Amino acid sequence: MWAILSILVENKPGILFKVTHLFRSRNFNIDSISVGVTDDENYSRMTITTYGDDKQIIQIVKQLDKMIDTVEVKQLDEHKTLFRELCIFNIKLSSASDSMEVNKLVNAYGGKVHDVKKDSLMVELTATPAQIKAFEELVKPFGIIDVARTGVAALQRSGA
Amino acid sequence: MTGAKALMTAMEKEGVKEVFGLPGGANLPMYDEFARCDIRHILVRHEQSAAHMADGFGRVSRKPGVCFATSGPGATNILTGLATAQADSAPMVAVTGQVPVAMIGKDAFQESDIIGMANPVVKYSFQPRLPGEVPESVRKGFYIAETGRPGPVLLDIPKDVQQNEAPMDFPDEFTIQGYHPWNDPDVASVQKAVDMLVNSERPIILAGGGTIISSAFAELQSVAETLMIPVVTTFKGKGAFPENHPLSLGPIGMHGHAEANKMMAEADCVLAIGTRFSDRSVGTFEAFEKRLKIIHMDVDPAEIGKNQTTNISVVGDVRASLRIMVKLLLQKSLKKSEDSVWIKHVRETKEYWKENLKIHPGEMGAAKILRKLRELLPKESVVTTEVGQHQMWASLFYDVIQPGTFFSSTGLGTMGWGFPASIGAKVARPDVPVVDIAGDGSFSMTENSLATAVLEDIPVIVFVLNNSTLGMVAQWQRTFYDRRMVGVDQGGCPDYVKLAESYGAQGIRAQSMDELDKAIKSALSSDVATVIDIPIDPEEDVLPFVAPGTSLSDMILPS
Repeated sequence: MWAILSILVENKPGILFKVTHLFRSRNFNIDSISVGVTDDENYSRMTITTYGDDKQIIQIVKQLDKMIDTVEVKQLDEHKTLFRELCIFNIKLSSASDSMEVNKLVNAYGGKVHDVKKDSLMVELTATPAQIKAFEELVKPFGIIDVARTGVAALQRSGA
Repeated sequence: MTGAKALMTAMEKEGVKEVFGLPGGANLPMYDEFARCDIRHILVRHEQSAAHMADGFGRVSRKPGVCFATSGPGATNILTGLATAQADSAPMVAVTGQVPVAMIGKDAFQESDIIGMANPVVKYSFQPRLPGEVPESVRKGFYIAETGRPGPVLLDIPKDVQQNEAPMDFPDEFTIQGYHPWNDPDVASVQKAVDMLVNSERPIILAGGGTIISSAFAELQSVAETLMIPVVTTFKGKGAFPENHPLSLGPIGMHGHAEANKMMAEADCVLAIGTRFSDRSVGTFEAFEKRLKIIHMDVDPAEIGKNQTTNISVVGDVRASLRIMVKLLLQKSLKKSEDSVWIKHVRETKEYWKENLKIHPGEMGAAKILRKLRELLPKESVVTTEVGQHQMWASLFYDVIQPGTFFSSTGLGTMGWGFPASIGAKVARPDVPVVDIAGDGSFSMTENSLATAVLEDIPVIVFVLNNSTLGMVAQWQRTFYDRRMVGVDQGGCPDYVKLAESYGAQGIRAQSMDELDKAIKSALSSDVATVIDIPIDPEEDVLPFVAPGTSLSDMILPS
């Protein structure tokens, strides 16, 4: 099971280390992690995506909750949550038709094209991890030179 | 006021009277304050022992024990002590010196990132960067160490923070937003637990270390006696329930009592109190958990379902949870008969093993030695143990009569813990005899604490079952490795009587029951620490034995 965890922590040095160390020492894996300060600069929000069975996810939520530096730990329900990841691709172009093909895909996925060169272009895509994965599969035949991803940011929808 | 002075003032406000430690360059400003305050500093010969002393003090007094170490190697030397306290949920505050703030990260002399290193083995840590942050760090540190599920807290104080002056405020009130140590037990869940226990045919209580930490002795006894439920314990819970009580079956586990393991395996419902269902306690539960209903009470919500899926869980201080249970039983006047089929069976099983468990035939077999110790020690005496065969023999043959008087490194299994812990225990309870039941292997690890015991006038008794072998390893090599004995022979070195005498302690060798009787009596009346060296058969195994990864019902028994 894929899970999105939203963790509100005190904005103090060393807390990211403690959270990631907890995953290591309890034998869990981090799939992606993103951290940023909230509107109140005393707090940061970490969004961690991870894999595990129900029992494992419940346990990691409890262990995170037990940490003194965490103020609130929630497992977000995918269906009631807005979650997105920013991904930047550098894609190889072998011909003029490649450029057109890639542009079509980028439009279909709501991405943006940057830095167009004769033999490469860059794509900025903000989407769910599943959409990013699908896009990646589609552009793979052209040749992916490099990829950088931010990890998921997520918030529960109001009223959900 | 300087940070160092503020530290002492804040600790005095916490009621600290004694600390255990060793000075060095980075904690000298703090040490200078010991010359000017009423806190007694007890000097150790190795920082690991200071941490174990603080741990022993904390477990006995249920208030954080305090240890001091300098930066760098001083700090890394306490890591084993922190890990031991964390594994056994013991309240402790460790204060380390650190290089000045401006030097941190520069690989300075005697610099270690102790906050980073200690992270997984402490409940929390503080590194005040300004002198004015010291009082609140101390207040919060002590609060965190002793509340909820207790544990060790590290205070790492840079040298300039100790030296520099700042206006100080000593707050009584404070908030820690992300810390919720106590939950109110859910009454409805306790009610369900009562119904489940009452409706089961073969209920059993499994009391863990949490029962001792929260002093839930009277409540436990009341539930057991009202519902006529036999009580087994984990090893850490040993002595949560008087072991001379008719309903007591003793510890379960790898070296549990035969009757305890048998009855645990036959039960249909268990009330597990303050335990994490560790592998050493439960072996593999799968073998019988299908028909075993499990009720789990624990203060730590993360323990519910961690190692064991449960039918009913009650989160909260186990004493508070048991009190609710006692009240519900009283309200409904629930009382069970003393002559149920189950209780008769339990009694018969207990009786059978009392008569039929084979013990070492020699005069100086472990069972006879420990029963002799029990016979001569007043019931309020505090006992600590080291780790190994002697520890498991103590579990099998030393009955704890007064609850909460037996302590051991059960989680981390730290050899060398028992002796310094006994010193800490004696500082907390100078009015009762304190005995470290030891083996020669473990005692070797921290024997230099004899200097502390003698010079600081802390007359503990070290009871060394000396087989001149790392006995438990030897037993595994005999059992699982075809008697290929590697790295276990201690070669009769040192001579523990001479060793004790060289420190100015009393050393007595006991080679017969008669000598042992005299030695124990002499130690009990001695005003210096005493080491009793008891040579035993190096071939004696600890039995019964549940091999790792097997079920409690598959015990290896003495042949």
